[in-house]
Amino acid sequence: MLLRHTPTEIKERTALNINPAKTCQPVGAMYAGLGIQGCLPHSHGSQGCCAYHRSALTRHYKEPVSAATSSFTEGASVFGGQANLVQAIENIFTVYEPDVIAVHTTCLSETIGDDLNQIVDKAQKEGKIPAGKNVVFASTPSYVGSHVTGFSNMVKGTVTGLAESTGKKNHKVNIIPGWVEPSDMEEIKRLTAMVGVPFIMLPDTSGVLNGPMTGKYEMFPKAGTPVADIKSTGDSMGTLALGEWCSADAARALDSKFKVPCRVLDMPIGLKATDRFVDTLRIVGGTSVPESVMFERGQLLDMMADYHQYFFDKKVALVGDPDQLIALTEFLLTLDMKPMHIVTGTPGKKFEDRIKELCAEKGYEPNVRAKGDMFLLHQWIKNEPVDLLMGNTYCKYIARDEDLPFVRFGFPILDRPGHQYFPSVGYKGGMRLAEKIVGQLLDRKDRDAPEETFELVL
Amino acid sequence: MAVEKKKKVMNADAVKEELLKKYPPKVARKRAKQIHITGEEGNSEIMANVRTIPGIITMRGCTYAGCKGVILGPTRDIVNITHGPIGCGFYSWLTRRNQTKAPSATSDNFMPYAFSTDMQDEDIIFGGEKKLEQACLEAYEIFKPGAMAIFATCPVGLIGDDVHAVARKMKEKLGINVFAFSCEGYKGVSQSAGHHIANNQIFTHVVGEKDVEIPGEYKINVLGEYNIGGDAFEIERILEKCGITMVSTFSGNSTYDQFATAHTADLNTVMCHRSINYVAEMMETKYGIPWIKINFIGAEATAKSLRKIAQYFGDKKLIDRVEEVIAEEMPAVTAVQDEVFPHTKGKTAMLFVGGSRAHHYQELFNEMGMKTLSAGYEFGHRDDYEGRHVIPDIKVDADSRNIEELEIEQDPTRFKPRKTEAELAKLAEEGFGFKEYEGMMPEMDSQSIVIDDLNQYEADKLVELMKPDIFCAGIKEKFSIQKMGVPMKQLHSYDYGGPYAGFKGAINFYQDIKRMVTSKVWSGMKAPWEENPELSATYVWE
Ligand code: SF4
Ligand code: SF4
Repeated sequence: MLLRHTPTEIKERTALNINPAKTCQPVGAMYAGLGIQGCLPHSHGSQGCCAYHRSALTRHYKEPVSAATSSFTEGASVFGGQANLVQAIENIFTVYEPDVIAVHTTCLSETIGDDLNQIVDKAQKEGKIPAGKNVVFASTPSYVGSHVTGFSNMVKGTVTGLAESTGKKNHKVNIIPGWVEPSDMEEIKRLTAMVGVPFIMLPDTSGVLNGPMTGKYEMFPKAGTPVADIKSTGDSMGTLALGEWCSADAARALDSKFKVPCRVLDMPIGLKATDRFVDTLRIVGGTSVPESVMFERGQLLDMMADYHQYFFDKKVALVGDPDQLIALTEFLLTLDMKPMHIVTGTPGKKFEDRIKELCAEKGYEPNVRAKGDMFLLHQWIKNEPVDLLMGNTYCKYIARDEDLPFVRFGFPILDRPGHQYFPSVGYKGGMRLAEKIVGQLLDRKDRDAPEETFELVL
Repeated sequence: MAVEKKKKVMNADAVKEELLKKYPPKVARKRAKQIHITGEEGNSEIMANVRTIPGIITMRGCTYAGCKGVILGPTRDIVNITHGPIGCGFYSWLTRRNQTKAPSATSDNFMPYAFSTDMQDEDIIFGGEKKLEQACLEAYEIFKPGAMAIFATCPVGLIGDDVHAVARKMKEKLGINVFAFSCEGYKGVSQSAGHHIANNQIFTHVVGEKDVEIPGEYKINVLGEYNIGGDAFEIERILEKCGITMVSTFSGNSTYDQFATAHTADLNTVMCHRSINYVAEMMETKYGIPWIKINFIGAEATAKSLRKIAQYFGDKKLIDRVEEVIAEEMPAVTAVQDEVFPHTKGKTAMLFVGGSRAHHYQELFNEMGMKTLSAGYEFGHRDDYEGRHVIPDIKVDADSRNIEELEIEQDPTRFKPRKTEAELAKLAEEGFGFKEYEGMMPEMDSQSIVIDDLNQYEADKLVELMKPDIFCAGIKEKFSIQKMGVPMKQLHSYDYGGPYAGFKGAINFYQDIKRMVTSKVWSGMKAPWEENPELSATYVWE
C-alpha cells in the first residue's frame, strides 16, 4: 500500500495539510495569461515559483508553456522587486516580442508589498513598453484562496487593464469559460456558434495548449483571445461567467466599470448545467436553439437512459475545484449516481452549501468539505467505501490502495492524454464523461464477475 | 517520406554570435561570458553560478527545490513538512520520480505524502510559528515518524519565522530528531544553494547520530545519486555483486538511519559533484573519510568507477571480484551497443541539465558513437565545467556569501584516518587521485559550445541553427523542441523510463536513444498534399 500510513480514524487537524486538493494562485494566473493571444505570462518573484508553475502546466498539457520570471535574489527580496520587473519587461519585449505581458505576483513579492500598478506605471513612463504593446497584471498571493482564485484574478486583471468602452455596443456576449481545458473552451465556442450568438471568449487556450505538431515552434501561436477583442469586452451586451469561483469577479468588474451586465452560471458540465447555459445563450442572444443542438442533447439523454442501470445508486468520491465539482455533482445526481464524499481544497462555505443543497433533493447528506485535502477524502473513503473515484492524477494512489474504479477529471492530469483534445463540457462533453464512467464501472464488473455470470453484452 | 533535415554546419563562433544578436547590450555582455567555445587558446573560463537576468526564460528552479526536492526528496522515512503557502509543497509532491523500495509492506514510506502548513494571510501577518508547531504535532500524532524535517519557503524568511527554534522545541517535546532548513527560494541563484543548505543541515543534525558498526569488508557511501527511474537499484545490484557494502546513499532509495551511520564508511564516492561535494568534504574533515569522484552513468564509466573503488581498498580479492563482475556484465552491454551503433553512429546530441548530468551523459552518447555538439548546466559552478583546480580562483559574490559555510573540526573521538601515510603514498604512486574532478569542458571536443544557464530563446535558436539529432533537458523544454521535429529526451525524469545507470542502465539508454533517433513519428510532419501541392483534379482523373 502506497498510502499505508493513512488511518481510518479521522482526527481533526487545524494546521497540517496532507496531500493538498489545491495549489497556489500563480499557476492559475499563468494559465489564464496563456489564453490571451500573443501573451507571455510573467511571474514576479523568485524563479522557483515560475519553474514549478511551468512544469505543472507542461506536465498536464504536454505542450510548451512559456513564462518569464523576475528572478528575485535575496537583495530584491529585501529592497523590493521594482528594478527586477522593469528590467524584465524591457528584456521580454526585446527578446521574445510578445504583444502582451501578463504579470502576476507570488508569495514573495506580495509579502514584501510590491505594488504592480506603480511598477508597471514606471515601466510605461520610462518607455520600456513599446507602442501598441500591453502589460496587464494581477495580484495573486498564494496564501489566499487557491489556483482557482489566481485564475479568476488574472482574468479580472486582464479585463480591467484592457477593456474599453467606446460608447458603441458590439452586439456580442462575453463568455468567461473558467479554468477548463482548451478542448472545453473549443466546445463552448462551438456550442455558442451553433446557437448563433456572437461572442468574445476570454481567456481562450484552445489552439495554445493543444496545438499541432508542424515542424515549427511558435512561441505565440495564432490562438487565444486577441487584444482587440478583450478591449471590446467593455462594449459587449453582457457577460456570461461560467463558474462563481473562476469567472464571476471579472464579469462583475465589467459590470461595475462599463455597465456590461453579467449572469453567473454553473460550468456547463452535464445535462442540466448545459441546458441552462444554452437557454441563457438563446435568451440573451435573442436566437432560437437549432435542431443540431437538440440532436446532441438527445444523444446524451439517450446514452444516459441506455446505461442507467449501471449508474444507478453507485457511490462516488470526488475531488477537484469548486465550479467543476458543483456541476459534476449535479450531473452525477442526474445519472442517479450518489456522490458521497466531495472535497475541494479551495475555500468557500458556499461550496459546501451548494453541494448539500443538490444532494438534499435526493434526500441524503454527503460528506463535503471546502478547504479539505486528499488525505481527508481517503479517510472518508475508508470509513464509507465508494464504487467510483473521480479526481486528478494524484487520486491514483488512493484508487490503487482501495482498488477503486477511477476516472481522471480536473487538474492536474499527468499520466493520460485526451483531456486537452476532448471536452467534458456541453452535451458532447457529457457523453464523454458518461462514457468514461460507464467504461470504468463495467471494466470492473467484467474483471470481477465469476465465470458463470461473465456477460458478452452489457 | 521522411522530412530530410538539412545539416548546416555552422561554426561555433557564428552560432554564438547568432545567440547573442537579439539581446539588449547589457544582457548580451553577460551572456557572452556564459557561452564558452572549447579549445580556444588562452581561454578556458566560463562564467557560472551567477544570477539569471530578470525576464529571461530560464530553466532554473529555486533553493527550496534543490533542498527539499533533490536532496531530501528521495529519503523515504522522514516526514518532510513544507512551511509555507500550499504551492511549493504541492509542486514538489512526487514530481521528481525518486523511486524507493521499503523493505516491507509496513515499513515507513512517507514519499507519497505531501505535508504543508498551507499558510494563510493571517499567518503571514501574525507569524506562522504556532501553526508550524501545531502541524508538527499533528504529523507526529498520525504518522509517528522516526524523524521530521521542516523546509522554509520564500515568505517564511521574510516574516521572520524561526523554523530552527520550532525544530528544537519539537525535538525536545517529541523525542525524535527534528531539524529545519532555511531554504527560502530567493536564496542563492539556483537550486544549487539548496543543495548546499541541505548538505549543511544533514551533516550537522543527522550524520554521526548513530554509532553502529555496519558489517561489511568494503564500506562506501554513494553520494549525489538520487534514484531517478531506479538508478539506485541498479547501482545497489552491482555493488552487492562485487561485495561492496553501501552504508548510505545521499540520497536515492535512502533512509534516515543511512545518513545517521554514514560516518562509519571507509570511502565516499561522489556521483553528482555539484550537489553533494560539501558533505564529502565535511565528512573527510570531521571523520577522516576520503572521497573520490566516480560515475555510474555509462558502462565504461561504471567499470572504471568500480576499478577505482577496488584500487582504493587495494585488496586482491576485491580487485579480482570487480574484474569478474565487469567481465560478466559487459557482453550484454556490448551486444546491444553493436546492435544500435549503426543507427546512432555519427548522430549528434545536445545536453542541458543539472549540475553533473550534462557531463555524465556524454559518456553514454560517446559509447553510441554520438557527438555532443553543445552542453551546459542549469546550476553548475565553474569547477563543474573547468575542474576543481579553479576553486581557489572562484570569486565569492554576494549571492554565494549568503549561503553558510560550516566550520568543521575533527571529531575528537571518531576521527580516524582510513589510510596510512604509506598507503596513501602508494596510491599516489599508482596515479590514484582523491578529490579529483576535471569537469565537463576538458573532456569535450574542441569547438564545442558550452552554455551555462541556457534559456528558452537560446535553446530554440540552437536547435534551429544546428539541428541536433536529439536534445536533452527537462520537462519545460521538452515540447517546444519536439514541435520543431527534434526528439527530446528528458534527463531529469528520463521520460519515465530508466534506469540508465550501471550496466543494465546503459543498455536501456542505448535502446531508448536508438528508438528516438530512428523514430518514424517525425516523418509524418508533412501531409501528402503539402509534399505535392501541384496536382490538379483533372490530372488525377485522367
Ligand atoms: S506557494 Fe508561493 S512561493 Fe510557493 S510556488 Fe506558489 S507562489 Fe511560489
Ligand atoms: S546534476 Fe544534479 S539534476 Fe542532476 S542529479 Fe545532480 S543535482 Fe540533480
